[in-house]
Amino acid sequence: MGATHLPSTEFDETAADDQLEAEAEAQVGGPAEPMVQLLTPDGTLGTDPVFSAYADRLDPAKLRGFYADMAKIRRFDVEATALQRQGQLALWVPLTGQEAAQIGSGRASQPQDYIFPTYREHGVALTRNVDLSELLRQFRGVSNGGWNPKDTNFHLYTLVLAAQTPHAVGYAMGIQRDQKLAAAAADGATDRPAEPNAAVVVYFGDGASSEGDVHESMVFASSYNAPVVFFCQNNHWAISVPSSVQTRIPLSNRAKGYGFPGIRVDGNDVIAVHAVTEWALEHAREGKGPVLIEAFTYRVGAHTTADDPTKYRESAEEALWRAKDPLDRLEKYLRAQGLADDAFFEKVKADGDDLAAYVRKTTHDLETPDIRTAFANTYVEAHPLVAEELAWFEEYSSGFANDAEPGSTQPAGAEPDEAATGLAR
Amino acid sequence: MTTMTIAKAINEGLRATLDSNARTLLMGEDIGALGGVYRVTDGLLAEFGADRVVDTPLAESGIIGTAIGLALRGYLPVCEIQFDGFVFPGFNQITTQLAKMHARSNGNLTVPVVVRIPYGGGIGSIEHHSESPEALFAHTAGLRIITPSNAHDAYWMIQQAVECQDPVIVFEPKRRYWLKGEVDTVSPGASADPFKAHVLREGTDATVVAYGPLVPVALAAAEAAAEDGHSIEVIDLRSISPIDFDTVTASAKKTGRLVVAHEAPTFGGIGGEIAARISERAFLSLEAPVIRVGGFHMPYPVAKVEEDYLPDIDRILEALDRVLAY
Repeated sequence: MGATHLPSTEFDETAADDQLEAEAEAQVGGPAEPMVQLLTPDGTLGTDPVFSAYADRLDPAKLRGFYADMAKIRRFDVEATALQRQGQLALWVPLTGQEAAQIGSGRASQPQDYIFPTYREHGVALTRNVDLSELLRQFRGVSNGGWNPKDTNFHLYTLVLAAQTPHAVGYAMGIQRDQKLAAAAADGATDRPAEPNAAVVVYFGDGASSEGDVHESMVFASSYNAPVVFFCQNNHWAISVPSSVQTRIPLSNRAKGYGFPGIRVDGNDVIAVHAVTEWALEHAREGKGPVLIEAFTYRVGAHTTADDPTKYRESAEEALWRAKDPLDRLEKYLRAQGLADDAFFEKVKADGDDLAAYVRKTTHDLETPDIRTAFANTYVEAHPLVAEELAWFEEYSSGFANDAEPGSTQPAGAEPDEAATGLAR
Repeated sequence: MTTMTIAKAINEGLRATLDSNARTLLMGEDIGALGGVYRVTDGLLAEFGADRVVDTPLAESGIIGTAIGLALRGYLPVCEIQFDGFVFPGFNQITTQLAKMHARSNGNLTVPVVVRIPYGGGIGSIEHHSESPEALFAHTAGLRIITPSNAHDAYWMIQQAVECQDPVIVFEPKRRYWLKGEVDTVSPGASADPFKAHVLREGTDATVVAYGPLVPVALAAAEAAAEDGHSIEVIDLRSISPIDFDTVTASAKKTGRLVVAHEAPTFGGIGGEIAARISERAFLSLEAPVIRVGGFHMPYPVAKVEEDYLPDIDRILEALDRVLAY
């Protein structure tokens, strides 16, 4: 480390403060820091000394796939929002505006990688082949999980902000140990095909970046050189608080303090996000350690369906970001290059409507669980208190046998009451 | 049978589990070269290497959080929290993540993490080094909590905690770390089930329930009461979650009088839970209200006055006098 980086008695705090303020101001309206961008909002493909090579790997089918994924998840978002408005979901967490950040990064991961989302990563879930109707279980109040992470290596949503970040690092530390155990086991037995190297991606937002768990997990990741990619979607708003309250410098700069690379990428540029994430995952899988990616994007809609952005931000700001829309710019590029025609875009729209219809149907059909499953899943092994309370519950509910199914709060045959099922708006 | 201290027994128990399962690993602050501030992990780094005896950054949330991730990947992490009062930066990870992972995944995921916490007072230490926060964890479904009071249990309980598929917190009675006892390293014998209470001394007039550091105090109180002609039964609870209410109920029905002793404050504590359950299960057998002996409703006091705070033989005898005279 150069001496100039060390604090000294001559350190000019005023100048540093001025610089920080300037940067903070600049980063709210637009990125002052270098930001990787390959596809401009007008649909022009630029170049980057490092990441163009990754973009060059993308064939037209992949690019069309990115568009189809983004369009599909946006249509899903619209449908889920409608389902919430109609009382079918307790809450919805919209992702509109963040499609490129999610599809680009998700499509960069390999099947052997493991993904820890926060709670808005519906687009990443799509890329990991999670059935999107399963995503809605949590929001309908029929499960706190919804899918089996072992099937897709896409972990459950985590609602306690940043709590999943140390899990991701621990998982990555497990991958490191697996590699050593496998190497030891393979010693002398070369006929066994080697497992592909794996890495972990963990998502969080600009708001969660203030949580201590992000700091602790980055310290652990750096100390043990864990194969983990920290993927921060800076969507500029933590409910009503702007990102300038969470940080006075670009979030990607924080990586320097931990001693690993930090990259800010245009989060509305799916090609750049994919390139940067692919680079970071290769870096991690090759044993070179963690990477922080800050995807500079914008939450175009509300934080959740219970939120009202008109209380805290200007519509002009939203308009500014709508002009940087991730789908529009890729459509412009695909059309200009002759890689997709009207028929393609019509098909994408029709597929989206099919998905919406599927989600609407399956949401209505999502089964309300029996509370006995909650008794069963509190512990793995037998537990006398749980057994005792379950026995009491069985006896108690059997007293209602003439009126209802045991354990049901509803008279048999009645339509579920919104208030009673906790899904009241 | 081998004679060893509780600290050595845990050390040997950890060595046995590291030896038998390549996926067991220890994590914590200063547990490597130093062997932990209480030397419980002494020598294990040299024997098993830095991938399995991991000196972590000084960050309790990070320790528990990364242990959860390791468990999700199929490892069996045993975390050491340096002192009871320092577990709270990890409290969020333990209560909102570790305890709930199995339930919220609909049973698909297990997180068999062990958290070792030296607890309790009586060592003349400074602030935050003498606390008994077990009730805060016992209130959280999804966790199991055990606490050994002797070397044999210490040796087996730490291994049973690692084998358990649920998360387990092992509260270790730090002022008894140097208490010696006989350990049968071949067979756990009566200690085969870590969640079962043990009747350590049979009696007919009253029952004292204690756990961890207060078990020797309860036994000494029973001995003193015997000199006055009272026959006192002593139960080592061993498991705080779940609690073996069957053993406690049977004893309460037999003696009709129950005293529960712990170092933790009585308000909202384990003693209150036992009193409530026993009043439900053995009301007609009780000759006196259940009396709790425990810490006062105050932050753990300074070391120079902890003698007045901690339940001792006389405090337990005073409670016994009350239930016997009722």
